[in-house]
Amino acid sequence: MIASVPRPPVDWFAISPSLILLGVAGACLLFAVLVPDAARRATAAATAAGGFVGAFVAAILLYDKTPVGTSVIADTVRRDRYFAMAAIILAGVGLVAVLVSYSEREKAHVAEYYALLAASAGGMMFLTQANTLMTLFLGLEWFSISLYILCAIDYGKERSLEAGLKYLVIGGFGSAVLLFGSALVYGATGKLTFDGIAQAVAAADLQHDALLLTGLAMIIVGLAYKASAAPFHMWTPDVYEGAPTSVTAFMSAATKVAALLLTFRILVTAFPQEEKLWTVAVAVIAVCSLAVGNYAALVQKNLKRLLAYSSISNAGFMLIAVSANSALGGRALVYYLIPYAAASIGAFAVIAARERELGREVTIDNLAGMGWERPLLGAAMWTFMLSFAGLPPTGGFLGKFYVFSAAYDHGWLWLVILGVAATAVSLYYYLNVIRALYLRPGTELQFAAGGQPPRDLLLQAGAIACVVVVVGSFFAVQPLIDLATKAVASL
Amino acid sequence: MTSHGWLTTTMIMLPLIAAVVIWVIPMPRVWVAPAALLVSLFEVGFWIEALVRYDFDRGGLQEWNHATWLKDLGVSYSVGFYQGYSVWLVGLTTVVMAATIAYGFWMGRDRPRAYYGLMLFLTGAIVGVFTAQDLLLFYVFWEAMLIPLYVLIGAWGGPGRLNATIKFVIYTMVGSLLMLAAVIVYGLQAGTFSMIAGGTNPSDWIFLGFAAAFIVKAPLFPFHGWLPDAYRESPAEVSAVLSGVISKAAAFGFLRICFVLFPVGVQDFRTPILVLAAIGLVYGSLLAFRAPDIRGVVAYSSLAQLGLIMLGLFATNDLGIDGAVLQMVNHGLISAVLFLLAGAVERRTTTGRFEALGGMAKGRPALATVLMATGVMALAVPGSTAFAGEFAILAGVFQQGWFYAVVGAVAIVLAAMYVLRMISGVLHARKGPAVHDGALDLRPAELAILVPLVVILLFLSAWPAAITERVTTAQPSSIPAGTTAATAAGESK
Repeated sequence: MIASVPRPPVDWFAISPSLILLGVAGACLLFAVLVPDAARRATAAATAAGGFVGAFVAAILLYDKTPVGTSVIADTVRRDRYFAMAAIILAGVGLVAVLVSYSEREKAHVAEYYALLAASAGGMMFLTQANTLMTLFLGLEWFSISLYILCAIDYGKERSLEAGLKYLVIGGFGSAVLLFGSALVYGATGKLTFDGIAQAVAAADLQHDALLLTGLAMIIVGLAYKASAAPFHMWTPDVYEGAPTSVTAFMSAATKVAALLLTFRILVTAFPQEEKLWTVAVAVIAVCSLAVGNYAALVQKNLKRLLAYSSISNAGFMLIAVSANSALGGRALVYYLIPYAAASIGAFAVIAARERELGREVTIDNLAGMGWERPLLGAAMWTFMLSFAGLPPTGGFLGKFYVFSAAYDHGWLWLVILGVAATAVSLYYYLNVIRALYLRPGTELQFAAGGQPPRDLLLQAGAIACVVVVVGSFFAVQPLIDLATKAVASL
Repeated sequence: MTSHGWLTTTMIMLPLIAAVVIWVIPMPRVWVAPAALLVSLFEVGFWIEALVRYDFDRGGLQEWNHATWLKDLGVSYSVGFYQGYSVWLVGLTTVVMAATIAYGFWMGRDRPRAYYGLMLFLTGAIVGVFTAQDLLLFYVFWEAMLIPLYVLIGAWGGPGRLNATIKFVIYTMVGSLLMLAAVIVYGLQAGTFSMIAGGTNPSDWIFLGFAAAFIVKAPLFPFHGWLPDAYRESPAEVSAVLSGVISKAAAFGFLRICFVLFPVGVQDFRTPILVLAAIGLVYGSLLAFRAPDIRGVVAYSSLAQLGLIMLGLFATNDLGIDGAVLQMVNHGLISAVLFLLAGAVERRTTTGRFEALGGMAKGRPALATVLMATGVMALAVPGSTAFAGEFAILAGVFQQGWFYAVVGAVAIVLAAMYVLRMISGVLHARKGPAVHDGALDLRPAELAILVPLVVILLFLSAWPAAITERVTTAQPSSIPAGTTAATAAGESK
């Protein structure tokens, strides 16, 4: 009897950003068969872009209309400003991803590509509003599976296929660990909702329960896989290198946003009693990421690999903010993600343009002279590198400043010192990119450019938008910090 | 509160905005250099206005402009002229930057939009360093100086530029990042990053964080590894900026931040820093005497002169500090002129090595006169402004120990040796193989750039008290805790 199953009231508005993107994904799949070849790419891309704009607007409305965070739909998802902020960032990233990928995608699977892009962004949004271990896993798999396929979408190319497979195997392993951990936590507390877990732990005094702690450790590990934090980062360089560059652009920016924001949410809301343990654990993972990311990046020649290691090191910085376990840390995390996401997708956009121009892989060496030949893309790349390195006038600088402040506020001066040391090391390879762009003459290139000239207005618009965000977040930092403060307060 | 301080903000923002305009708005190549020069001359004009407005008798913070930047951490955009010395150093900056931009114009640097944009950006950042009243803002401007320099040296420099830039950046960034950690610790302990309201902090570690950045940037022996390469491989006018202005930003950092906020650290580390400064003074002078080319002489003499300036500062008495500030201005102008002259000589002979030079005085009276006049002031003949500065420094540091004064006096003798060697190596001696008879004398345009700088030096020689009597109103080391906060309260009413 259908009627006898109690159905919870559904707050459609709370999940509207994900729903919009799901709808767009469905529409794009239909376009794959219904729209003729000639118009398919434009239709699918425009629809996807429209979907991201819609999700962006919906997220802004959600932020505006949700002064107090609540759990909705039978407490399975959260409707709060923290989620709305995540959805805003993710929708922005998705929109730029559409701009960047438009010229790269030719005929093959173009509509499916945009369908998967929209679906994975929707999954990430859903993940950041998860309020139970079930919805967490659902969101995680939702976006992961979309990304596995996206990585392998150029299956004619061996590298792309390899990237997809590697991501699938290792990502699947990470998901399994997370699922196992969730089961253990459920076994220990009998609860699935985050606040329910916290209450059950407090009520039954379970802080030292072995089952619960093992589960917590496995959840952290599973999320660290997704955030590509060391020592769970092994897949990152290969997948970033092998996947189509526009996919890497989206993935590098968006998965970090989703995974790290969710990490902070679940640790703070579900495991406040185990704070002493997980702050140290996260700090250790952060230090590992800083060490591995920076050390390995020093010797990279391939730019996509270099940025992959740079993303590992940046995950380390953001995990410092998580480990501070404070409102300041949360603010630092949310703020850091904004310029980071923009710089990340922007940098890969520039690489994509260069790749198309040269018709081969982009290495440090064959960036030579690009800053002078392509002033706009060169200056944009320069800005992104400065932001990664944490130099003014970019948001990356203030992000690092907030992260270090949060760590110091937590009483961890040693973490500040390590972070500063890591920044010093990272300068070497970021400046190496700028050096290649501006200080080496283009005549050093030993081959003829084999690709199409990068006359790609959409990609350039995307890069400019990223520059505006990266530099703008430096000057307009106070409004963004206000947004982040309210977001964290609504957890 | 006498004024809203828009003058200070204008002086920072005008070159920064002009730089962005030059980068973004397409304009004919021939317009770029004149536009940049015009902006830099406006900067000089604004500085003269600031000089007129600044009340040296009252001292303290004037032309203060303030706006909240990061509310939750107590960071603000806060700029103004604090004490007379910041007025003089901003003046040095605007004058030297105008001269160097004019020199770049004369040299006809290629890729003009990038080049002049970077030079203007650098101008704004340096003025920002000298006027920032908030530690994070200071740090932002401090770092903002680095990036244009990196590209200016790397893209327009000599053949060894790539290694020079790497050394330069790694050295200075390690120092700067220690400063960032110190800024964060200081700011979060004080609850504000304001240099005015923050008050003093007794921690030696925070002092050392700041000192690391300043010592590397100055540089002080033994942290000068980046200096010879950077000064040799840069374009001449960028060397002039590095040695003339950027090194002064480091000395300024000690004066403005360490002396005011960390009096305990200054007391604790006075002796080590004085010893390093004295060693650097002698060591730099000896290396300058051995250097094979003009730029080497000026570069190592820079190391020596910075040692002398640090001796004056860390004498921590009025006499030493007054002398040090005068000497900062002197050395800034002298080394700017010498580097530009080095560039002019290199342009005519394709080399700066003494073995290939010589005998250039004959038939080139203007070059000989300018080089001779500047060189004589560089070696501090009695009556010159450098003599006044060095005398005050030595008299000041004598109160810390006769030993330092003796070292300083010895170094002045060494200065005479290396300067005279340079002058004779270029102008006199036998005519070198690289000197063609056709090599021209200084052209009118070059004279128009160099002569004003020399005239300022001559003016200061006649009246060094113009600066020494207008450095500070209170002895920095004797400012008791809380006075600075009270000054700020008075200003903000």
